[in-house]
Amino acid sequence: MIQVSDLHVCFGRGTPLEVYALRGVDLTIPQGQFVTVIGSNGAGKSTLLNAIAGEIQPESGKIVIGHQDVTQAPTHKRAKNVARVFQDPKRGTCETLTLEENLALALARGKRRGLRPAIKSVDNKRFKELVARLGLGLEDRLGDQIGLLSGGQRQAMSLLMATLQPIEILLLDEHTAALDPKTAAFVLELTAEIVEREKLTVLMVTHSMQQALDYGDRTLMLHEGKIIFDIEGEQRQSTTIPDLLKLFETKSGQGLADDSLLLG
Amino acid sequence: MSQIAFLGAIEVGLVFALVAFGVFLSFRILDFPDLTVDGSFPLGGAVCATLITFGWNPWLATLAAITAGAMAGGVTAWLNVRLKILHLLASILTMMALYSINLRIMGKPNVALLGEPTVLSVFDTLGVKYYYAAPIGFAVVVIAVAGFLLFFLKSELGLAMRAAGANPHMAKAQGINTGFMIMVGMALSNGLVALAGALFAQSTGNADITMGVGVILVGLASVIGGEALLTPRTILLALLGCILGSILYRLAVATALNTDFLGLQAQDLNLITAALVAMAIVLPTAKRAVFKPAGRP
Repeated sequence: MIQVSDLHVCFGRGTPLEVYALRGVDLTIPQGQFVTVIGSNGAGKSTLLNAIAGEIQPESGKIVIGHQDVTQAPTHKRAKNVARVFQDPKRGTCETLTLEENLALALARGKRRGLRPAIKSVDNKRFKELVARLGLGLEDRLGDQIGLLSGGQRQAMSLLMATLQPIEILLLDEHTAALDPKTAAFVLELTAEIVEREKLTVLMVTHSMQQALDYGDRTLMLHEGKIIFDIEGEQRQSTTIPDLLKLFETKSGQGLADDSLLLG
Repeated sequence: MSQIAFLGAIEVGLVFALVAFGVFLSFRILDFPDLTVDGSFPLGGAVCATLITFGWNPWLATLAAITAGAMAGGVTAWLNVRLKILHLLASILTMMALYSINLRIMGKPNVALLGEPTVLSVFDTLGVKYYYAAPIGFAVVVIAVAGFLLFFLKSELGLAMRAAGANPHMAKAQGINTGFMIMVGMALSNGLVALAGALFAQSTGNADITMGVGVILVGLASVIGGEALLTPRTILLALLGCILGSILYRLAVATALNTDFLGLQAQDLNLITAALVAMAIVLPTAKRAVFKPAGRP
């Protein structure tokens, strides 16, 4: 379970470039829920994810992940419970290392790293099975550098690495935005399949209203650092994109200037 | 080139292979341009030579030199990780400070080891000729260190270190404390460089405050030269490249100095070094241009 309470994040306080990215976000995600987050550019979506991951220190507020207050903990200490897939496929995987080595790094997440060999034959067999399940034919390329793979293949590997170990929450930061439409659809389907199988708790930021409604159990919209609406269940099922736009206009008191939310 | 000049080149080449390992760890594995090396090489020499003249066992003195080098590397890493000083600047600060520290350790600009026991004294008792002793002894050390690095870089900790250097974002997301990895890697790197300094002082018979000048350049030339000769697809190839690059660099210098028709003399060494380093940096690009891999633009 994830609990975010009264979270405030401000960049460059006291400078002319001061940006108030989050202004009091309250959010509780129960175990096993798949939440999608939408919002225009600068609404605070990525900031929320970064704050939960530990990349950003909030000014005030509290973040609890699985009954543990992690507000002050750095990223690497949260990594045992928080896994992440980045928008840029280059960020989530280490291109100079092989597929196998990347998986070994993910497998050791949250454990003590000692002087034992990083790649053991036992793991190798398991890696092969897991990679084969992606259906990309990568199981014979475990020894290749991951930089040789395409963006979509790397994103699929990122997803596999993120979910290799039990986690409290999976953070997806527009993880299909950098891919072509066909590959994006494949990665999204793969995401849904893994989430379903592993019964994961997910927070997925997306630029597309369609994706936000099609996937998951609950949808939030952020605007100027606040959650302006939060729908789930039947209400969400009967919601269409025009409904979302109307909801946005009434809640924020302005029209949506950012086309990308509709087009994506 | 005489046989003694050849063996001398091999000997120095092997010592600088250790420097090349250190530079490989900082520049290539950690992506940390580290100039501390110019201070930690004479630090190793100074600590070792001073302790030997105090009557310490040469092996223990060498061990103390490694520890001192590791601490110097740790200081550079700490300046960068904790105090957020730019890596290059942090290393220059430590290098500067080490100049004074080395003078303090030795108490004078150089310490002679004439007649003192060294780690190479073992060979005297075995009756091995002095010009064979150092190349054989240093080859054993270099192979042992390369074996250790190969094992370490393939361990869980080593893999985490490689990830921390290559992609810090990904490393943190996988629960790796990147700051700690930089500390460990820099300590290891400068410990190796100090070991090289300690061995160099023992084989030449003195430690000198100026012995560190340009060491980083020679180390870098060896690493880059090695990469040009062997494409380092694996850790083993990269380590072999360091050894090969370092020895070939010394042989090139020795050849240049021993070839009469070029008219080069000892005072031209720095000119030759600069020319060889420039060549080593250009060579990989030139190699790529000549041998284009099939199917790639």
